[in-house]
Amino acid sequence: MIDLQDVHKSFDGVEILKGITTRFFPGKTNLIIGQSGSGKTVLMKSLIGLHRINKGKILYDGRNLPRMRFKQLRNLRREMGMLFQGSALFDFMSVLENVMYPLEMFSSMTRKEMEDRARYCLGRVNLPERSFALHPSEISGGMQKRAAIARAIVLNPRYLFCDEPNSGLDPVSSLVIDRLIKSITEEYNITTIVNTHDMNSVMEIGDNIVFIKKGYATWQGSRQELFTSENQDLNEFIFASGLFKDLKKAHVVLHPELYPSSQTGAMPSDAV
Amino acid sequence: MFIRNFLATIGRYCLLMYRVFAVPDRWRMTLRQTLLEMENLGLNSLGIIIIISLFMGAIMTIQIKLDMDNPLLPAYTTGLATRDTLLLEFSSTIMCLILAGKVGSNIASEIGTMRITEQIDALEIMGVNSANYLIWPKIVAFVIMMPFMVIVSMTLGLLGGYAVGLSSDIITVAEYQEGIQFSFMSYYVFYSIVKSMVFGFIIASVSAYYGYYAYGGALDVGKASTNAVVNSSVFVLLSDIVLTNFMLA
Repeated sequence: MIDLQDVHKSFDGVEILKGITTRFFPGKTNLIIGQSGSGKTVLMKSLIGLHRINKGKILYDGRNLPRMRFKQLRNLRREMGMLFQGSALFDFMSVLENVMYPLEMFSSMTRKEMEDRARYCLGRVNLPERSFALHPSEISGGMQKRAAIARAIVLNPRYLFCDEPNSGLDPVSSLVIDRLIKSITEEYNITTIVNTHDMNSVMEIGDNIVFIKKGYATWQGSRQELFTSENQDLNEFIFASGLFKDLKKAHVVLHPELYPSSQTGAMPSDAV
Repeated sequence: MFIRNFLATIGRYCLLMYRVFAVPDRWRMTLRQTLLEMENLGLNSLGIIIIISLFMGAIMTIQIKLDMDNPLLPAYTTGLATRDTLLLEFSSTIMCLILAGKVGSNIASEIGTMRITEQIDALEIMGVNSANYLIWPKIVAFVIMMPFMVIVSMTLGLLGGYAVGLSSDIITVAEYQEGIQFSFMSYYVFYSIVKSMVFGFIIASVSAYYGYYAYGGALDVGKASTNAVVNSSVFVLLSDIVLTNFMLA
């Protein structure tokens, strides 16, 4: 479990995160959503310690990241896996070598054991065997993401971070990646945090969703609760997607009792 | 403002070097990388060193002979001047300035690209000391390879002059041989090798610094690469003055 308590982060006097307090749960896909520029990426990078926060606590099962010394932070990071927006696979290694790399650095396995483990993880993300010897530039974006997921899980992390996992992918590949993240999260009971603004992902895998607006965490709940939310900012955000406009319209019609304040709830006036 | 920025840069460079020279996480991986870098930065630079040294040795011999064609000067002057120029400055300093262009831009652009494509962040997230893993092998490999490259450059430079004696009547082989053997001081070779190792450290570390702290996009990696070449060249020249004063004066 990861607890954030009053997290503040500024750059050159401009406050980006303005006191975020929230909680991310193990075995669930925790989503951070919000518009571009709302502070999602800064929050993600602060969570993993790439940005040093100005104030607050980030507790990894009780261990406060901002207070950690360099060695403690490195030890904690060995419990983390991360899927970067651009995959961040090492260009000079093959796909298999990329996945084996964390094992070579931190495990005492033999070469054969490392290779077996890497092959297992690549198989787990459904990468075809013929791609193992190829370099990242020789495979598609979707395959790169899957290889990056395999690398992220090869050391059995307790925490998995995914920064815009669907960016640049077609809807079908996005769905594959989303389902893969969800199934891995549940299978290994990982605390997974996904940074996204893809509403399809939200509906597909959002067990616990945190909505960020202008540096504040203004709403938190499950994907089912999105429909009944009266948070004006959240509604504006999700209504930007045509699909959600239709879904929420249908929800209001089907469940008018859930919108007591008005038939439109806190939705924009043109919503229904 | 300039002084503040300069001091901040020096401070960041020192902090980076502190991280670079930490004990590697896995010696086996670091040594493997070092061998790869010895090939990449050292062996792959031999081509340019061979061509430039051979031609510069020949050109220097011709020019010195033509400029010093005076009956009052002894016949060995051309060989002597060519040898000392090669040993003292060309094969260490000028060769390093050329390598600053090739190797420096290579290091800065490689590390800079890793930075902007988040590969360095990925290393950090894994708990790897990215500075140590990426930069240590480059610095060590380049410093180890420098003496070999300097000796190759000296040898081929002298052979270039010898080729002039063989292929033309500008200078005779006997005159040239007498010149390059006259009053030979082996200390000059030692001096040149020490200088080249210091220059190797400067080129690799300064270029790595600019690559490591690159940010933005491809254009910024290009800028980092240019800064790496310019600044490492300036620092090579500055340290040349210091070392020459220290070792020869």
